[in-house]
Amino acid sequence: MAEIKLTPEETALFLKGNSRSRRAFMAAFGATAAAFSLAACSKGSAPAAKDGGKIVIEGSEKAPLKFYNWDTYIGETTLDDFKAASDVPVEMTLFASNDELFAKFRAGNPGYDVIMPSNEYVTRMAEAGMLQPLDHAKIPNMKNIAPEFLDPDFDKGRKFSMPYTWLVLGIGYRKSAMKDGVAPDSWKYVLDSDQYKGKISLLGESMDLFRLTFKYLGHSVNDYTPELLKQAEAILVKQKAFVKNFHDDNGQDLLLSKEVDIVIEYNGDIAQVKKEDDDLDFIIPKEGSLLNSDCMCIPKGAPSPNNAHAFINYILDAKVGAAISKTILYPTPNAAAKALMDDAYKNNPIIFPPADKLAKCEYGKFLGQEYAQSIESAMNRVRAAK
Amino acid sequence: MQNWFENKRFFWATMLAPTVWFLAFFVAPMALVWAYSFGENAGPVNIAITGTFGNYAKAFRPEIIQVLSDSVVLAFIATLICLVLAFPVAIAMTFADDKTKSWLLLLIMLPFWTNLLIRTYALIAMMRTEGFINFSFAFFHNIAVSLGFNLGDYVPMELLYNKSAIVIGLVYVHLPFMVLPLYAALDKLDRSLIEASLDLGAGHMTTMWKIVVPLALPGIAAGLVITFIPAMGAYLTPDLLGGPNDLMIATLIERQFKRANDWPFGSALSFILMYVTLIFFALRTFFEARGGKVSAH
Repeated sequence: MAEIKLTPEETALFLKGNSRSRRAFMAAFGATAAAFSLAACSKGSAPAAKDGGKIVIEGSEKAPLKFYNWDTYIGETTLDDFKAASDVPVEMTLFASNDELFAKFRAGNPGYDVIMPSNEYVTRMAEAGMLQPLDHAKIPNMKNIAPEFLDPDFDKGRKFSMPYTWLVLGIGYRKSAMKDGVAPDSWKYVLDSDQYKGKISLLGESMDLFRLTFKYLGHSVNDYTPELLKQAEAILVKQKAFVKNFHDDNGQDLLLSKEVDIVIEYNGDIAQVKKEDDDLDFIIPKEGSLLNSDCMCIPKGAPSPNNAHAFINYILDAKVGAAISKTILYPTPNAAAKALMDDAYKNNPIIFPPADKLAKCEYGKFLGQEYAQSIESAMNRVRAAK
Repeated sequence: MQNWFENKRFFWATMLAPTVWFLAFFVAPMALVWAYSFGENAGPVNIAITGTFGNYAKAFRPEIIQVLSDSVVLAFIATLICLVLAFPVAIAMTFADDKTKSWLLLLIMLPFWTNLLIRTYALIAMMRTEGFINFSFAFFHNIAVSLGFNLGDYVPMELLYNKSAIVIGLVYVHLPFMVLPLYAALDKLDRSLIEASLDLGAGHMTTMWKIVVPLALPGIAAGLVITFIPAMGAYLTPDLLGGPNDLMIATLIERQFKRANDWPFGSALSFILMYVTLIFFALRTFFEARGGKVSAH
């Protein structure tokens, strides 16, 4: 395969290795995938043709649309195509983490029309009064969304958000390093066992790590009692002796460089490094796991809500969605778009894990401020424990 | 001084910009953070300034004290190593000829041209299991084995993700902060004193300990402070090089502002860091004042 050229920004993100990296990596990954899928789908696939290729936005504000997105998280020509179709230019700026997004909106909407928080942050921002309800009548392409994404717990009835991507946590591992060739099909191998002593890397993100520990203990990721928290804390304190480090969403890199043999990571990240080293693989443990989903929302006080609705509807179009997926290579919740993708994407068992495994996975819920803080304190105790 | 009234307008014309800057972008935000440290979370975005000391009380939980003391100890060790490494460098720079001096200075400044993140990742590439250090050792190990020494298989050293990795990282990053003030102090040193000491029969080591080091004390103090403070507040280095047991205070603060969304507690922790810093400054001033008295006698 041809060498993937990263832009300096992508290289920096790759080096930084935080949550952005997963998107930067996927973009690099996507660049090659796009290269061999170009034959199937000519570049800049036709935008949603309406009214002779044009989109007429009722009550368009005639102002540029301000779009706040993750880095390397949109199709190559998506924004230009939207401008060509609707005459509304899109000005995209980037954020690096949900916490950054949330912090930016603490003092009110700085002027954005469309933003992209992840599942539980949709709840958090809605609760903080930062989002405005979506007018579903203006988003007819909602019909393209796979039914299982239409009524998530974090946003019942999709009142505030439309799904853009989803991803799932699991265990990434080096096949040749597994004892007796047994795949690590339980969280036990990373959370409660010394079998891979010194070769384990856990997720540094405290909330997700605790949620997975709850899952390992046979609870829902959203079950929360002080006793359960204490139990999970004890497990992590004990396991810490066998752990190499808590990674910053760069677990795939640690795995690839043989620093560790087994990590908690996102499916997309492992799919990416598997292209470089076929000895790696990904599994969703039998206990089930944690889902994430990035969603498009309109913040309260958006200057151009009509344009924003039109833009969200445009993104949910089958062809537009497929073009985006070809670039970013994340699992798409858009059934119509997925149907247009090639088999290498559709049938990748890491990008789209088996349905019976996914059935046991859940979204993390935002359970309030105090909950977040008590998990954070528990994590501090885990890290400081001797 | 007699021109003070005449020059007042000129004085304010030049001082206006820095004063406004200082007030708007330093004093005001710090005051805000300080006020937050006495506040409580009232909802996801609102902070009520209630005058509570609860946030400071939270900082006395054992795990927070642990993190704080770990930070102080790691920063202290790194600072001492910096001093030991930087002193000979500063001496060499002082006594080098002008051309060499400027080259040495350039070498010291060079790392600042590269982003800290990139430098830290370079360290990771050096130190990881399959990194350059282990590669080199494995290479020599294999040569030794091929020469008939029975050493068995090379077992890679675990260099990353522990406290020594953090200290190495901190020293690497903060060494210039130590070299520069030392050099500034030594460069001003009156060479005739050294010559006198050597002429009067003192050896090189004695001259170093009895003449150079005491005269360089202000520079050493400045170097210690200027190295210790950023080392204690280091964020990237411990985050990237540390292992499961190694949490430093900056990471803890970052988490309060982000994930935990507990700005009041984060503010309190920031100010605790600030208070610790102020204590070290006070100590420095105290020792300087004492040192001044000693030399006045």
